[in-house]
Amino acid sequence: MPSSPFDEMTRPDGRIRKPYSIYNKWVSKVSSELLSHKNSQADLFFRRIGITFAVYGDTQGGERLIPFDVVPRIIAKDEWDILSKGVCQRVDALNKFIHDIYHGQEIVKAGKLPKSLLKNNDQFRPEMVGFEPPKNVYVQIAGVDVVRTNESEFHVLEDNLRTPSGVSYMLENRDVMTRLFPELFDQHPVAPVNHYAQELLETLQYAAPDNLDEPTVVLLTPGQYNSAYFEHAFLADEMGIELVQGQDLFVDGGYVYMRTVGGPRRVDVIYRRIDDDFLDPMAFRKDSMLGVPGLFEAYKKGHVTLANAVGTGIADDKAIYDYVPQMIDFYLGEKPILKNVHTYHLDDEDDRKYVLEHLSELVVKEVHGSGGYGMLVGPKSSSKEISDYKDRILDNPANFIAQPTLALSTCPTYVDQGIAPRHVDLRPFVLSGKTTKVVPGGLTRVALKEGSLVVNSSQGGGTKDTWVLER
Amino acid sequence: MLSRTADNLYWMARYVERAENMARILDVAHRMHQLPRDRGAPDGLEWEPALTISGQKPSYEKRYDEFATGHVIAFMALDPENPSSIYSTLHGARENARAERFVLPTEMFESINATWLEMQSLNYAKLVEWGFREFFEWVKERSHQFRGTTVGTMLQTDAFHFTRLGTFIERADNTARLLDVKYHVLMPDEDRLDEAVDYYQWGAVLRAMSAFKAYRMIYRDGIKPRQVIELLTLRKEFPRSLHHCFNEVLDLLETLAPNSEGTRLTGEMYSRLRYGKVQDITRRGLHRFLTDFINRNSMVSNEIAKTFYLTPESQGQSQSQGRK
Repeated sequence: MPSSPFDEMTRPDGRIRKPYSIYNKWVSKVSSELLSHKNSQADLFFRRIGITFAVYGDTQGGERLIPFDVVPRIIAKDEWDILSKGVCQRVDALNKFIHDIYHGQEIVKAGKLPKSLLKNNDQFRPEMVGFEPPKNVYVQIAGVDVVRTNESEFHVLEDNLRTPSGVSYMLENRDVMTRLFPELFDQHPVAPVNHYAQELLETLQYAAPDNLDEPTVVLLTPGQYNSAYFEHAFLADEMGIELVQGQDLFVDGGYVYMRTVGGPRRVDVIYRRIDDDFLDPMAFRKDSMLGVPGLFEAYKKGHVTLANAVGTGIADDKAIYDYVPQMIDFYLGEKPILKNVHTYHLDDEDDRKYVLEHLSELVVKEVHGSGGYGMLVGPKSSSKEISDYKDRILDNPANFIAQPTLALSTCPTYVDQGIAPRHVDLRPFVLSGKTTKVVPGGLTRVALKEGSLVVNSSQGGGTKDTWVLER
Repeated sequence: MLSRTADNLYWMARYVERAENMARILDVAHRMHQLPRDRGAPDGLEWEPALTISGQKPSYEKRYDEFATGHVIAFMALDPENPSSIYSTLHGARENARAERFVLPTEMFESINATWLEMQSLNYAKLVEWGFREFFEWVKERSHQFRGTTVGTMLQTDAFHFTRLGTFIERADNTARLLDVKYHVLMPDEDRLDEAVDYYQWGAVLRAMSAFKAYRMIYRDGIKPRQVIELLTLRKEFPRSLHHCFNEVLDLLETLAPNSEGTRLTGEMYSRLRYGKVQDITRRGLHRFLTDFINRNSMVSNEIAKTFYLTPESQGQSQSQGRK
């Protein structure tokens, strides 16, 4: 890992990068009292709006806020053009890949993807074989995690293709920033993100089964005890659609209805924020109390659309991730715009040998894990932690992958000592409807601890507003 | 609007009202307990109605051998195991509100949540330190605040109508039950209904309903059973009377579902309350009238559940509270 990571505001020679030139002038003039005041104001705004996460099971009704940083992350137009094309390209290829996997598996036949990766992969849903969702779109909503390593290099860490969350922070962060710093928005041509909910609704409507003039769209949530419940309620509210739980829906004659005070009402599209396993106790986990009995059958009859489709997890599996560049070449005949991070597979003998010898330099993750839980960040771990982790790997090597520790870029961040660089990543939200597009912005997560590379909110990360400049 | 949302709001309001009424019932029992008793009368008889009305007498008797003040209050106010305790009903209100916190105005959720948080911090020692009467006052105040924020901050759409429906259906039920059980205990002579009776005993009943002053202002007379009955059943201007409650319920149902069976049933009962005479009620027996009313009220509640696809009272989240 290089000693000084790429900073998005200040060059190594001390000069300020162009996207930050106006901001830097402004921030060098304002007092630290002002920033500290704005910081506590932001906290108050978030409490008032009620953006909280997790601890919903807390009997005291207590809730936590994800820390918000008042310094924006600024991205220039030409940088964004590359990034947005890159993530859309990926999602296009992944949509084609999922179709292929559940149909002819041409990519396997062509020898571009080892069949062994599909065998015994519990993200592969045999129930989906031969089924084609409306408009042939599997992933309507994707959250692609991107990190930057230098002036021109972006790497994709993960393609979240199941039920990616975090978009409500993108929207609320912007709202709070425009309240706190109206003068900065006068000076910067910041591309708006507020239309995300509208775009999402159009994407979902487009996904409806054929020949429906005004499809009824609902958002299916596991309920108020889910850590992302705030986001579910927020998005349903913004789109003006019903926020339903499993118990509000039922299947009759192969169609899905919701129970309303005016009687049963047909539902055509379900934006579900429930994992595949819990969707339908008749098709998947029998003990699921969150789902709707018979839903999967109605889905396979083409009477209702689930967004995202069932079985998309096969494409954001950490072992499959390695092959996304090949997919882009195979399905689109294009060169990948964004880079992958080199991945070592621990079930491969050569890879395993290398990884076990270099654990202190690598990041090791569980293949199916998420949220920053259960990972090893080699350079930040003690030798005891490393040797414990080694035992876990040897127990079941196929369950792990390793990647080089990337020098994540840093952004100026307001911390106790003032403004200091902290590592960031970015999750833009890609929508696939009539076209594939991405609202200019995303969720920037920041590791607030000095030197830390883990940005997950469960591990002490915060968020920033992400500004894409229009010129 | 989702049926679940309507259901949650309806029960949120019912639970708040139920907590308030339990506080009122315990308050009157406590006041009566402090009066000198007839020689030979068994101790603690005043506490029985609180247990009878809530249907919790059998489970109380399993746990305690006597009707002692401390036991009854601990059981009916604080016991989480007792589904009719003030603790349990406030919990029910808060859970229903929490499920709909994005439908409710912020102030409403915060008010219910604050009530619940304070309720959780109470124990019997604190209650004694506070004073029972202070506690009952507090429950009533929180309930008043709930209704105040409902009327003062909620959009007057379906959500509002279902909330109000819950309040008045529950209140009508409670008024009828309280009157029935107290009347039974005090047992006035049928031909002496128009004579002034024991000021303290009947005064306590009126006070429990916040009706003491109302009685004075309307009748300007000593406390006479027939007039008490009239006030609590037929007088529209008294907000806890059956007539007043059903007037509200009928208005709400006419807005929500004018042609439903629930609306018809309500209208039919409403006519009896609107045009009936108290002499007719007492001639045929108050108990009979109130039993009929309580049944009718719960039929209305079940019809509401049917019409709007809510949870029926008998199996649903009311958990029946041990009631018939």
